[in-house]
Amino acid sequence: MSVTVHLPTVLRSHAGGAKDVTADGATVGEVLTALASEYPGLSGQVINGDGTLHKFVNVYVNDDDVRYLSALDTPVTDSDEVSILPAVAGGAVDLSRSLPR
Amino acid sequence: MTLYSSVLDLIGNTPLVDITALSPNPDARILIKLEGQNPSGSVKDRIALSMIEQAESDRRLSPGQTLIEPTSGNTGIGMAMVCKLKGYHLTVVLPSNVSPERRQLLEVWGAEIIESPGSEGSNGAVKMARDLADDHPEWAFLYQYANPANPKAHYQGTGPEIWRDCPEITHFVAGLGTSGTLLGCGRYLKEHNPDVKILAIEPPAGEMVDGLRNLDDGYIPPIFVDSGGAELLDGKKIVRPRESIEWTRRLTEVGIFAGISSGAALAGAAKCAESIERGTIVVVAADGGWKYLSTGAWTDDLDVVEKRAKETIYF
Repeated sequence: MSVTVHLPTVLRSHAGGAKDVTADGATVGEVLTALASEYPGLSGQVINGDGTLHKFVNVYVNDDDVRYLSALDTPVTDSDEVSILPAVAGGAVDLSRSLPR
Repeated sequence: MTLYSSVLDLIGNTPLVDITALSPNPDARILIKLEGQNPSGSVKDRIALSMIEQAESDRRLSPGQTLIEPTSGNTGIGMAMVCKLKGYHLTVVLPSNVSPERRQLLEVWGAEIIESPGSEGSNGAVKMARDLADDHPEWAFLYQYANPANPKAHYQGTGPEIWRDCPEITHFVAGLGTSGTLLGCGRYLKEHNPDVKILAIEPPAGEMVDGLRNLDDGYIPPIFVDSGGAELLDGKKIVRPRESIEWTRRLTEVGIFAGISSGAALAGAAKCAESIERGTIVVVAADGGWKYLSTGAWTDDLDVVEKRAKETIYF
């Protein structure tokens, strides 16, 4: 299962500057783990050493924040898009980012 | 008609309007709470009054004192109005890329404006205000992101109003900024009916925050953590700028002229309506459309507006 992952600016340097990357996995956790093994610089950035999501990272499958789904166990399929966004103060609206769709 | 002795008595008790005509699912009612009806024009009047009166009762404010607050607009406008009526001086730290109407409104109420870099968004404003507050211990720093009087205003006001007007509510949808509206209303509604679902809508935040050197510079509002926000919320959805503008425009079909964050919240409510069989969704329109006329959001070509909106903070 190959899933598109949108990276935030702050992480792109760890993926050779790429904005969108693809990774394999049947769950969000598997996709992010595969991503970290392909781009070692991402290791520990999104998933902590203890296997939980980084406090200041929000991960979305399509429109939904996975923390309110099944977190890293949230299933993904080929047509899904995963977006990683940093947690910032509310009101910091980023309209400069072109999200999918 | 009632005679009011102060404009401050007009804060709250906002109308709830049935806009099911816009629902993609006729069995999912959508009701919208028009917070733009508050006297300074937004939901933030509630927390401005609540935070200032709490500080007064805690004897943290003295006549003529300066208050400092980071804000992308509405909280500052509400606080500036309340400060003017109560005899305080307000200094706001405002990101440089908010709409010009917000800046003018702050000036109307006599607030002093300190600009923070637009590229750092509200994160930059929060950081600068915290530094200034540290440098000026004589100033009062009510700090909406960490002040329990923020969610309390919604627990005591907005939440009970919704429950009074619509006890059949099944879903509550609001934008996530400081998280005060979601926490206060969410807690009140769940106490009265634990089955009510609380859904947060987030604009795609983060990318413009070029000041973010690494993820550890991120920010979660202290009130969200202190009030158990993660446990309270049932879901959080991201809504894109284009959808926000499209739904802001659709609101005019039912005679509602609301701000762009209201369109974002409604876009989330519409997705919620599609995902349920039946129910009653209450969504918060945080402010009116007046402050966003300069964005051309209603009248210009959608592609042009979307592009222009990318340089402005609208939440």
